[in-house]
Amino acid sequence: MADPINTIQALNWALDDAMAADGSVILLGEEVADPEGGGIMKVSQGLSTKYGARVRSTPISEMAFTGAGVGAAIAGMRPVVEIMLMNFLAVCMDQITNHAAKLRFMSGGQTHVPMVIRTMTGSGFQTGGQHADFLEAWFCHTPGIKVAMPSNPADAYGLLRGAIEDEDPVLFVEHFPSYWTPGAPPDRGKAIPLGKARIAKSGKDVTLIGYSRSMHDLLAVEKTLGADGIDCEVIDLRTVSPLDMETILTSVRKTGRAVVVHEAVRSFGVGAEVSARIHEALFRELRAPVERVASHDSPVPFAKQLESAYLYSHADIERAVRTTLQS
Amino acid sequence: MNAESPDAPTLVAIYRKMVAIKLNDDRFISQIKAGRLIMPYYSARGQECIPAAISVLLTDADYLVTIYRGIHDMIAKGVPPKLIWAELAGRSTGSCKGKGGPMHITHPQSGCMVTTGVVGAGMPIACGLALAAQLRGEKRVTVTNFGDGASNIGAFHESLNLAAVWKLPVIFVCQNNRYAEHTSLAKGTSTKRISDRARSYDMESAHVDGNDPVAVYRAAKAAIERARGGAGPTLIEATTFRFNGHLIGDTGEYMPKGEYQTALAADPYPRYRNWLLQNKHSTTAELEKIEADTAADVDAAMAFGFDSPLTDVSEITRDVYASPA
Repeated sequence: MADPINTIQALNWALDDAMAADGSVILLGEEVADPEGGGIMKVSQGLSTKYGARVRSTPISEMAFTGAGVGAAIAGMRPVVEIMLMNFLAVCMDQITNHAAKLRFMSGGQTHVPMVIRTMTGSGFQTGGQHADFLEAWFCHTPGIKVAMPSNPADAYGLLRGAIEDEDPVLFVEHFPSYWTPGAPPDRGKAIPLGKARIAKSGKDVTLIGYSRSMHDLLAVEKTLGADGIDCEVIDLRTVSPLDMETILTSVRKTGRAVVVHEAVRSFGVGAEVSARIHEALFRELRAPVERVASHDSPVPFAKQLESAYLYSHADIERAVRTTLQS
Repeated sequence: MNAESPDAPTLVAIYRKMVAIKLNDDRFISQIKAGRLIMPYYSARGQECIPAAISVLLTDADYLVTIYRGIHDMIAKGVPPKLIWAELAGRSTGSCKGKGGPMHITHPQSGCMVTTGVVGAGMPIACGLALAAQLRGEKRVTVTNFGDGASNIGAFHESLNLAAVWKLPVIFVCQNNRYAEHTSLAKGTSTKRISDRARSYDMESAHVDGNDPVAVYRAAKAAIERARGGAGPTLIEATTFRFNGHLIGDTGEYMPKGEYQTALAADPYPRYRNWLLQNKHSTTAELEKIEADTAADVDAAMAFGFDSPLTDVSEITRDVYASPA
């Protein structure tokens, strides 16, 4: 068994292997080149030394360098743009939602934007209301862009390679607090295509659906419930948009019960969409209404006790599962 | 004529582009008023000189990024008017199959890469097109057009800074038509000259009479040579005026009395025609032939547009992603 690695190493390998395989892959972002530190989390460490001008540290001008990614992509490059934190996407939304996502359609297919926007987020480090939000629903609500959210190092590698190879713009969301969590190493050189979920654990009683951070919680809760004789099937969406409904519906058709869990706030979130689609497709086969577990509908608070109260707990997930089993 | 001035064939080529812009614009408006074209239309009547004089210095390999008031830029750059007509009429033969419309016309074969409906948003994208050319060692340049109003949005400032720091081969062309929608330059802009803002970014700049094709040509030639030679970007401010307001139907009540009439009296279109004849760069016969040929071209382009089949509604599912969902 190969030694475990963490997500930072996995992402670095993915970028390195993609740049070695394809000369049109370029990196743009704040501090991404080696003289500036190789990225705030060192994800791109060593790459500017190896690939020169293809790795560019930018001014703190998200609108300009995200737009530059759009332009370079139209001209045939494959830019990987790093937005340091997910909340900062708000300052370059116009380039992402009005341009990257729509240019293929608005040009009648004459141009397209094969660009990846890497970003990170997650509560737990007391970074407060502007450094920890999960905003994926904004982008899932925009046709034309895909959203990938890996939960472990091997998937981070494979999905980033898949995102870079994809012909559409991809928002690639990394979970900040689990960057250092070790996991199985990736199959280097192999991309995971976007739009395919993974059965992380098979079971027969209830389907637990998560992505990014919530997978760590689901796999822990699944063990606790297993000890009580509840056999959970756990699905890692991997790509939040487009949703792999085939995998979700096949599972829920079997179990008749589903719980969707995400760190993003509850209202108008990915959980609502997944729940709605399950109800639309399987209303008569469901044995209980689909449950949602998510963060509290408030900004991410600073103080530790508030920040902890903001995020769902393992007890919340267990309670939701038991609720579906009571029906 | 010094070395920097265009020769007679070039001067006539500029006029030919101006005629195509003007006659198509006149016809778009008449078709809107007749109810045959249903669309928001931001006419560039009055601003013809600027892209006409710049475009004679460009090839199809050079990139253009323009804005909602940009059909003059597209025609000058070489987007076939018949594809524009079909696009505006919502036809399958339109440059974007009727899926973009007047604010998003795209035609990569002639270098028209992006047309945006968001003020200022084209400039960051132009930086990226230029970055791609720079990384590949290509000699092509990127021209990005915008109005005076766009010089007050963040994208302008971020893009000028980025282009200057990276010495990108971009020419920023501010077509200053004195009004940002309905707000005058003086009320919304801190500097008297937008070109002065280049100084903040240590960028070369030029301030020219945008109604004088020779002045625009000279400034553009220097900027394009600078960009092709790897010496970085330039901001050109070309002063002009829009004769049809912000949007067709604009009654212009926000303008001081007399401003419109004074500007119209100095309409650069007939002025340039007279200048060509007075300075013997062309003959009445040659110009009349250009005008007649162009009028026939407009008839043909319009007929092509209206006679083409409407885009099938199934197109709504195509081009959202590379593959249908």
